Amino acid sequence: MAEMSAIGKKLKETFPDAVTGMKTFRGELTVSINKDYIGKVAEFLCNDDESDFGYLSDLCGVDKSRLDNSNAFEVVYHLYSLRHNHRVRLKVEIPASNPSIKTVTNVWKTADWHEREAYDMFGIIFEGHPNLERILTPEGFEGYPLRKDYPLKGRQPASLREVYRKGEE
Amino acid sequence: MTATTQQVMTINMGPQHPSTHGVLRLILELDGETVVKSTPHIGFLHRGIEKLAEHKTYHQFITLTDRLDYLAPMSNNLGYALAVEKLLDIEAPKRSQYIRIILCELTRISSHLLWLATHALDIGAMTVFFYCFRERETLNDIFEMVAGARMNLSYVRIGGVARDLPDGFAEKAREFVNAFPGRLREYETLLTKNKIWLMRTKDVGIISAEDAINYGLSGPSIRGSGVKWDIRKSEPYSSYNEMDFIVPVGKNGDVYDRYLVRIEEMRQSNEIVRQAVDTLPKGEFIADIPDVALPQKVNLKKSMESLIHHFKIVTDGICPPVGEVYVCVEAPKGELGYYIISDGTKNPYRIKIRPPSFVNLEGLQKMIEGHLLADVVAVIGSLDIVLGEIDR
Repeated sequence: MAEMSAIGKKLKETFPDAVTGMKTFRGELTVSINKDYIGKVAEFLCNDDESDFGYLSDLCGVDKSRLDNSNAFEVVYHLYSLRHNHRVRLKVEIPASNPSIKTVTNVWKTADWHEREAYDMFGIIFEGHPNLERILTPEGFEGYPLRKDYPLKGRQPASLREVYRKGEE
Repeated sequence: MTATTQQVMTINMGPQHPSTHGVLRLILELDGETVVKSTPHIGFLHRGIEKLAEHKTYHQFITLTDRLDYLAPMSNNLGYALAVEKLLDIEAPKRSQYIRIILCELTRISSHLLWLATHALDIGAMTVFFYCFRERETLNDIFEMVAGARMNLSYVRIGGVARDLPDGFAEKAREFVNAFPGRLREYETLLTKNKIWLMRTKDVGIISAEDAINYGLSGPSIRGSGVKWDIRKSEPYSSYNEMDFIVPVGKNGDVYDRYLVRIEEMRQSNEIVRQAVDTLPKGEFIADIPDVALPQKVNLKKSMESLIHHFKIVTDGICPPVGEVYVCVEAPKGELGYYIISDGTKNPYRIKIRPPSFVNLEGLQKMIEGHLLADVVAVIGSLDIVLGEIDR
């Protein structure tokens, strides 16, 4: 625990403008990062000897619009250090009107598919991503299914039969 | 890898190819028989489980977790239950933790058996398939005895497990545990020193430890490269710290090493089951916290209060405090993580599942670059992917 807050502190000292907030819930440290600094922070956390977060566990998007009416998305990074056995969560808020953020694929290669999934589900653009295409939804799919304003039943044609019927006419 | 001739051919493998273990489609660019580039196409099994989760109560979602990695439903249930328990800040009783360990390790064996069966079948060793399925049958009988289902168990509940172990479970489990090491030796006589097996798996699909970490591999796939990392040891959950077992690692990071790691893991899991059955503590199988944990079924007909609590939890659901947690467990395939955001209502605000197979499959491109077409099948097998959790 003490060690975890030390990481947050060090991050704050190294990038005073980057860290916009810090929170601990159930023993998990969450650090909010300014959007412009994510590339630098990711590189620092991966290569710094004390933090050594060489393993990106997970990367995902969150639609915050129904959580605090902020009309914003969040990109959440879960980092793990195999050497020190500790974890940290980074959060970057990006406006829903212009959902774009720098990619971290240059730091962790595993981010490739995670970012594609976040793009597929939320429409978040990762600048500099080598191949930002839809990954889980089928070809020609429209809309971003995990956004809160997307209906549960979907917006695609109700059934294949409907598609076929259109073809017959 | 660049092509040596000018005749690069693009072929399609899957989604119905038997060795793709489900519905994986690979676009392979071949130079002769050498793979120049491979592009996996996934999503054929996408059911939108994360979206569905946002419209279900915390208890309802347990049944959907079974459908992720359908070969190891217990690990999926457990990871989710642990995440919700962390959110609620409660702990399951000791007995239920041990029951969870027993069932999780049995599913690990069951999942690895299916991997071994199909992996060997893909490479051409057919006999192993029948042996492995014989043992899986016994395991499925045990699961049926405990949970009532053979495949999608849904046996874990928030705060414990659905019901206590039935009479005669310990005998049945011991019978399996005593017989299994001998069976493992049988598989090993068929494969481990088999010349054809060695030729097909040695020095195929190599990935270095550094690359494995950078590509985010986990579970046996990363341990095959010599990275000694097992979440059961590094961040013990559900009383795993009381179990005595070793974490096997490989050296070269090839298909053969991943094979050896999984075989040894089955042996270790078997020992864990033995220990847990022998030292199973007495006590409750589900926590007595009436507002979040379901009351025991036997009390429903006897106590009015239990019936009311049960009714309230089933109809209204539970409302964990506002917050977010990330919990991961060592599933048979690797790190299975659940990231849950709660907004204080009965439905989770967002659930992100970190499926190990999804990330492991990402490493495939790196592993098969420059290898022969026939090796693709061996490498996919060695990653032990399940499309259910890749596509979600």
